Amino acid sequence: MGNYHLTHLKELESEAIYVLREVAAQFERPVLLFSGGKDSIVLVHLSRKAFYPARIPFPLLHIDTGHNFPETIEFRDRMARSVDARLLVGSVQESIDTGRAVEEKGINASRNVLQTVTLLDAIEVNKFDAAIGGARRDEEKARAKERFFSHRDEFGQWDPKNQRPELWYMFNGKKRMGEHFRVFPISNWTEMDVWQYILAENIDLPSIYFTHERDVFHRDGVWLAAAPFMEMKPSEKVEYRRVRCRTVGDISCTGLTLSSADTVEDIIQEIAATRVTERGGRYDDKRSEAAMEDRKKEGYF
Amino acid sequence: MELLRFTTAGSVDDGKSTLIGRLLYDSKSIFEDQLDAVKRASVQKGSEHINLALFTDGLRAEREQGITIDVAYRYFATPNRKFIIADTPGHIQYTRNMVTGASTANAAIVLIDARNGVIEQTHRHTFIAALLGIPHIIVCINKMDLMDFREEVYTSIKNDYQAFASQIFPGQDMRFIPISALKGDNVVKPSENMSWYTDGTLLHHLESIPISQDHDLKNQRFPVQYVIRPESDEFHDYRGYAGRVAGGFFHPGDKIVVHPSGIESEIVAVDTLSGPLAEAHPPMSVTLTLKDDVDISRGDMITGVGAIPRQSCDITTMICWMNQKPLQLNGKYALKHTTKDVRCIIQDIDYVLNISTLEKMTENKAIRMNDIARIRLRTTKPLCFDPYTTNRITGSLILIDETTNETVAAGMIV
Repeated sequence: MGNYHLTHLKELESEAIYVLREVAAQFERPVLLFSGGKDSIVLVHLSRKAFYPARIPFPLLHIDTGHNFPETIEFRDRMARSVDARLLVGSVQESIDTGRAVEEKGINASRNVLQTVTLLDAIEVNKFDAAIGGARRDEEKARAKERFFSHRDEFGQWDPKNQRPELWYMFNGKKRMGEHFRVFPISNWTEMDVWQYILAENIDLPSIYFTHERDVFHRDGVWLAAAPFMEMKPSEKVEYRRVRCRTVGDISCTGLTLSSADTVEDIIQEIAATRVTERGGRYDDKRSEAAMEDRKKEGYF
Repeated sequence: MELLRFTTAGSVDDGKSTLIGRLLYDSKSIFEDQLDAVKRASVQKGSEHINLALFTDGLRAEREQGITIDVAYRYFATPNRKFIIADTPGHIQYTRNMVTGASTANAAIVLIDARNGVIEQTHRHTFIAALLGIPHIIVCINKMDLMDFREEVYTSIKNDYQAFASQIFPGQDMRFIPISALKGDNVVKPSENMSWYTDGTLLHHLESIPISQDHDLKNQRFPVQYVIRPESDEFHDYRGYAGRVAGGFFHPGDKIVVHPSGIESEIVAVDTLSGPLAEAHPPMSVTLTLKDDVDISRGDMITGVGAIPRQSCDITTMICWMNQKPLQLNGKYALKHTTKDVRCIIQDIDYVLNISTLEKMTENKAIRMNDIARIRLRTTKPLCFDPYTTNRITGSLILIDETTNETVAAGMIV
């Protein structure tokens, strides 16, 4: 017998492609949640592989808080065009304007939580029955308990104590009217796997993942971008620093890393040496011990 | 770098969470912010040491009650391998969770408390590992520090274990390691307290177990998952059969049979986005194109012309029942097998197994949550399958309750 084993990246790729094809086969109206972050970019790349030479058989959906890094939005539009996919945008601003969501107040205000309202509305209006997301189990302790096919009731809620057992690679996507599934094809990938895969496949990323100079300020151990809508405490002062994003979300909760990494190879070295988790810089997870679990139960990504 | 998936089996106080915490901690897979959070939580709960178990308890209810509710997945890597741990809780619904974790595992760690030796739980765990066809078993005899690291304790437990395990699965790859998960002996670092043991640490075994033979590489099996029809100008007549190889090697030019229709054809290409391949093997996801324009859809199986799978509506299967609602004899269920969806009726229950004594109970045959049984069922359409012991993919099935849509049973076809 020759060389018949797969590298870990090829095996993870094969697993993700299998999951994406299951979604296309089992659901009538799937959608891929696309934030313009690296994990969802990898998902789009995997979707191309899964259905080649056909087009990706589902649209992309971006839940837009209106508080974005402009580089991400530009990249989002370019990527959707290049893979010839339909791009839908759900606007958090619109949810606020129509009274569906209420803007948070105060110094730590963020539109991160409000995304849940816009997302669930978009799922309902478009009658999506499966929303594919780039969440990974290594990111956060509540996510470590997620299934590949994760059931959501008619209110979009997750019931972590009552999940269906997931055996072998048989995914049970059966549901009642009005319920939907969240599907996580890269559940088993770690942050390092994602970066190694980006390197191996030469995947294009928004420029904010690489080092650049920017106005930032320091709060509770995290560097945040100084943007017009960010309210600052009197003690906080704007500094001009060389930074990059380790994760990309809404500007108000995305922590920046002081870094001079300007290639994917540099980033991999930086991650290999780092002693803090990826979401350690996410302000939205710092609200409480169970911040992610609570948001997920209500229908967050 | 290869990928190894393993699961852990142990009773409540065998130190399972501590062992996983130790593996992650000593292999430097725990980050400072995670460590800080666990230190804070340990202090708050008044524990004297850092509670390594807190790394694995993810849900609020788990932390509140100090128990693990559901299977959690952990990741770590060494320069040689990437590891996925299916961490299965020891308290509630144990069989159900262990079966879930074991279904995709290459290896199982069976934990034994050195003070208690082989107990009823050990029998159960070993039996489930055997039933789920886990290719490699690593028996960790834990808490050796509490037995003064004595060799005779280890030898006696090892002999006891081998005596019963050889009856359940003869010829199984089985390794034994004396450890202290709490102190770290023989987990990642070799023990200074047990110089009499020289067969390598747990991590050494995890890094070196040969796993390339864990799939069926002899018989060609390709369950069709999705039919790709681009309907574009460039690929006007393209018709590709997408799926994940479940057994054997596939090459362009291979003669194949499509089941259940029995139509024969030949592989033209093994396609991927990065170009056609000369060969595909488990567990690769690829797209096959065939010479003839034949009618193939999701749920069909493409195999070689030689060793074809069995084909029948009458299936005998071992099951693990996973739902509060007991199995209904003569009840109808939805059934998933590879990529095929059918319905079935439960025709007979051969026996319910007492997995502690391995006694086959043929009198009282009620099947409840966590029970293991052998049943006979009849499907609405024929299945193409192999015995589970030959192929874990084409030999497995799940049953779904059609009223609640819940997955109620895992099946291993006999």
